[in-house]
Amino acid sequence: MAEIHLDHEVLNALQEVMEDEYPLLLDTFLCDSEERLRQLHKVDDPRQLVATAHSFKGSSSNMGAIRLAELCHQLEQRAQDSSLRGIEQLVGEIDGEFAIVRQLCEQERQRFHC
Amino acid sequence: MQSIEAPLCVLIAEDGTSDRMLLSSIVRRQGHEVLTASNGAEAVELFIQQRPHLVLMDAMMPVMDGFEAARQIKRLAGEALVPIIFLTSLTQSEALARCLEAGGDDFLAKPYSPVILAAKIKAMDRLRRLQETVLQQRDQITQHHDYLLNEQRVAKAVFDKVAHSGCLNAPNIRYLQSPYALFNGDLLLAAFTPTGDMHVLLGDFTGHGLPAAVGAMPLAEVFYGMTAKGYGLPETLREMNAKLKRILPVGMFCCATLLCLSFQRRAVEVWNGGMPDGYLHRLASGERVPLVAHHLPLGVLGAEAFDDRTEVFPMALGDRVFLLSDGVIDTCDANEQLFGVERLQQVFAANREPDLLFEEIQRALSEFGGDARDDVSMVEVSLLEARQLTPPALVYSDSGQSCPLDWSVSFEYRAATLKRFNPLPYLLQLLQEVHGLRAQSGALYSVLAELYSNALEHGVLGLDSSLKRDAQGFSRYYRERAVRLEALQEGFVRVHLQVEPQGAGGRLLIRVEDSGGGFDVGRVMARPVEGDRLSGRGVSLIRQLSQRASWSDDGRSVCVEFSWEPLA
Repeated sequence: MAEIHLDHEVLNALQEVMEDEYPLLLDTFLCDSEERLRQLHKVDDPRQLVATAHSFKGSSSNMGAIRLAELCHQLEQRAQDSSLRGIEQLVGEIDGEFAIVRQLCEQERQRFHC
Repeated sequence: MQSIEAPLCVLIAEDGTSDRMLLSSIVRRQGHEVLTASNGAEAVELFIQQRPHLVLMDAMMPVMDGFEAARQIKRLAGEALVPIIFLTSLTQSEALARCLEAGGDDFLAKPYSPVILAAKIKAMDRLRRLQETVLQQRDQITQHHDYLLNEQRVAKAVFDKVAHSGCLNAPNIRYLQSPYALFNGDLLLAAFTPTGDMHVLLGDFTGHGLPAAVGAMPLAEVFYGMTAKGYGLPETLREMNAKLKRILPVGMFCCATLLCLSFQRRAVEVWNGGMPDGYLHRLASGERVPLVAHHLPLGVLGAEAFDDRTEVFPMALGDRVFLLSDGVIDTCDANEQLFGVERLQQVFAANREPDLLFEEIQRALSEFGGDARDDVSMVEVSLLEARQLTPPALVYSDSGQSCPLDWSVSFEYRAATLKRFNPLPYLLQLLQEVHGLRAQSGALYSVLAELYSNALEHGVLGLDSSLKRDAQGFSRYYRERAVRLEALQEGFVRVHLQVEPQGAGGRLLIRVEDSGGGFDVGRVMARPVEGDRLSGRGVSLIRQLSQRASWSDDGRSVCVEFSWEPLA
């Protein structure tokens, strides 16, 4: 089940590409994502919402956070249709999913340090 | 995953920090140098400063988005190809189309695949190099073209100096030639002979460009040199043919029409080797007599096979000879149809004002739909009164200190020589040494030429000049002349020149004798001295131009005198 949250094959590939900078990439992703989440909560302009969800979707997919990318995609679509109905619930789901991803990332970071 | 190609400088514009990091690592590991920007404005700024080879561009970025940045970078790149690969998880086709419209060359979807990215960078680099090569080659071609044009300018300037030593600006010549016709192999030359005749050559070398132009120089040299020395068409033609045959590579030759327009005798002598028909336009009848090519071009045959036979046509005042290059009749329309001789003749038929003929032909060519060719050459020479033309004064380079003043010389030219040798240039050269005669050289040379041809044609060959009273007889006369000369077994022409001082001046006596049957001097002399008849022009010409002329021995011997006053 963990693969949906953070794909290990993707992580392995990233580790190979980034070498020593792999932990830094994980940190940066988390830091970036927190900033984006903050924006998702704050923003009420649909266009800004689309842009942020889109970027968040992109970086999540790059990190192998499949479920998170999928939720961001839904958010992007919904914001695009300018129907803000159910948005809050979706952002809540993204919060929850990110909490899981963050935990997995931190575990990964620990593992790498050992 | 090292790249084998030379490393590139890759600009990555991406606002997500982790994505930017990841992409930078991937690209760097592929051996390229990386520049990073976190928005479009930074990307444009970096592009201006560092001129990266390739750009990876996120579409959605703050400050300036990827579309605008792509547009600006493409504009800044100018002709060079700076490939832009859009980084996007955009999936709607409308958004992808926007990337292309902004100048994007390709896409890379998230999540990034290093393998696909490497392949795309490689493909884009190939395109980039291709464009670079194309531009380089284009610039090289431009450079070569400029170089070639410059060479042509120089060659043309040199050649113009040579060509303009002739008399193309004489009042009886109209011509139309593109300024660079020379480099299409077209050549137009005209010069006066010492006797006041005019030689005109319209030639067309095979080929184009410099190779077609180089043959023009030696040809012009022979043309001017021999015309100035008093050689006739046959000798000049033989010399031109031999020279071209010697210097031109096989397969290169020169189609040419050569004219000798004699204003005194009112006739035109024509040799056409491989050129389109020229036309003798008789004003009185409106008839246009075609001047057909009977010969191979110059530079094809060896000396022994070369045929220098010419045709002679009588002309009346105002009659015109029109020559043209094949650029006229070979002009093509959109369907590759040739303009052709028939259409040319329709223009002739419709022509009312002879002076507008060139313009009418040009209009017909452009209405025909052919692109204006730059190898269209036309020349028209009309017969004027001899006195309406002023042959340029001959230029002498000697000081006159060694001018011979008291001498005589006699020549006897016998049958075998008469057949193939023209003694006039040599005699003229002798007489040119006598400074006192130079002021009247035109008349002197005309008279000498007339005396010689009378002695040869009426005397030795026994041709009756009354044959020449109409155009048909005129042609028959010259055909007969060629036949009889060919068959000549015996006979002679003697020329005796005597120069002696007379007070401070001097005089020249010319005596010409022939082996012919003589003629009734009294009857010929009884005719009035006037010149509109085709026949008998010779005797009246001699009487007009020399100070004293007398015939003896039943017309077999003629003596002519030229005298001069002391030189100033």
